[in-house]
Amino acid sequence: MALRADIREDFPLLHQTVGGKPLVYLDSAATSQKPRVVIDALTHYYCEYNANVHRGIYRIAEEATARYEESRSKIAAFLGAARPEEIVFTRGTTEAINLVAGTWGRSRVGAGDEILLTEMEHHSNIVPWQLLAAEKGARLRYIPVTDEGRLELGALDRLLTDRTKIVSVTHQSNVLGTVNPIRMVADRAHAAGAHIVVDAAQSVPHQAVDVGALGADFVAFSGHKMLGPTGSGGLWARYDLLEAMPPYHGGGEMIMLVGLDHSTYKDPPHKFEAGTPNIADSIVLGVAVDYLRGIGLGAIAEHERDLTAYALARLLQIPGLTIIGPKEAVDRGGAVSFTMDVVHPHDIAQVLDQEGIAVRAGHHCAQPLHRRFGIPASARASVHLYNTREDVDRLVEGLLVVRRLFGRSAYAMKEEVSGAG
Amino acid sequence: MALDDLYREVILDHYAHPRNRGRLDPNDIAVEGANPLCGDELALFVRVRDGRVDDVRFEGRGCSISQASTSMMTEVIKGKTLDEVRALVNAFKGMMRGEEPADDLGDLVSLQGVRKFPVRIKCATLSWVALEQGLDDHATGRSPTKTTTETEE
Repeated sequence: MALRADIREDFPLLHQTVGGKPLVYLDSAATSQKPRVVIDALTHYYCEYNANVHRGIYRIAEEATARYEESRSKIAAFLGAARPEEIVFTRGTTEAINLVAGTWGRSRVGAGDEILLTEMEHHSNIVPWQLLAAEKGARLRYIPVTDEGRLELGALDRLLTDRTKIVSVTHQSNVLGTVNPIRMVADRAHAAGAHIVVDAAQSVPHQAVDVGALGADFVAFSGHKMLGPTGSGGLWARYDLLEAMPPYHGGGEMIMLVGLDHSTYKDPPHKFEAGTPNIADSIVLGVAVDYLRGIGLGAIAEHERDLTAYALARLLQIPGLTIIGPKEAVDRGGAVSFTMDVVHPHDIAQVLDQEGIAVRAGHHCAQPLHRRFGIPASARASVHLYNTREDVDRLVEGLLVVRRLFGRSAYAMKEEVSGAG
Repeated sequence: MALDDLYREVILDHYAHPRNRGRLDPNDIAVEGANPLCGDELALFVRVRDGRVDDVRFEGRGCSISQASTSMMTEVIKGKTLDEVRALVNAFKGMMRGEEPADDLGDLVSLQGVRKFPVRIKCATLSWVALEQGLDDHATGRSPTKTTTETEE
């Protein structure tokens, strides 16, 4: 099941040159590019039926409301949710996790309770829990990461206790690429009496994710990484959990009756969508979902697995390059992070930019993970359905330019370092 | 924007062979700088004798620009009075803002090209801002503080 050969034609941004060289975009783990249908749908909304939702009784307001709820249904079906009302629109994964921490977490976690995370989490799946733990006097614990870049699941025996209230784990690491065995962790968490939150920002755009099969209680995802607009995304949660949770933000749209002293709230998901929501981007996220489903998540995953295997093999041939994360395309996505000798990641990215190649350099919002590997930063190339083997070849050529420029320095420094040691 | 403007030979030389690396104990100024977004970390040590920089050393890791800038800085401030050092700090920061470089900046003039790469300016200025912080701490007797240039774009 191969991808359409002309898939790149769907993405206008990819057809440009940077400094005279064709752009190679390898930063989809940060944000994905958008197909023409998504871009057009945004314009269509603003030109044809821009109106506030859930209140107007005129025609275009009805249309906006219908499309907004239709998008919710599309996303629910896409993720295998039991019903559309299990999807809460948010600005993305960060807000979705903050929502869970600020409502479910705040009402369920007390002093001495434990929240179990992993060393490979993005800051957005660490900091909300730190805030909650500080407020409640709870304790954060972390599942360690092995040298290969996998979760050390043997540690669950000691880390899951009767004090564990929440386990929050990434489905797919934005740095290592590692795909974690969520079902297994979820079953263990449930057996210990805890609930499990899954950061699916990096998995939902690249593989078929079924929330039921994951066995999760909460799943957070971002629209902009799945070919949709920035500022879109959501939280899936089991409906009974959403019902039991207190509201997140207070305001219009989420209430039934407002008195002077107290108010009553709408049913989920509207209870969690205070104020005028991000109508345009949420509607268009549904268009992105249609596009992804049209191509098929199976075909996308297969394409990216092939591309990742190719990239890993080629990168490993570059002298002095070290991959941070699994070195085989097994249970792993298409984010490949690496370091080179003593060439700093920032210098790698700078030279690659001159070659028209966009990669990320830095800690990728995962400082604890970089500390775990004893490095301050890394360079990261990440692929999506529109990337090709030619893109990987260009990356490799670019990295050889890096070596030529810094090669002499690198060798000299290596001698100094080993001489000093 | 040619890459040669950024990675001048003298910069790569300082990166490959950093001058004045190491710790200094005892010292009169010990200050840390970090740009966590880039992963640049720096510790700077200065010994002051009779109002002059008697010796200076640095530790840490970072990109070629931050390491070269620090290495050149240690060379140029050694032997200078603290007032002269402050003047150099201002001259360097001025150059990175686009002013004509002062004559006494020496090799540091090679970092002018960094101006064409705005996101890298903070790499070049990290050690200078740390040094300035160290001078302030020294003058006021404050305990050492940590500094960053990541908000300084």
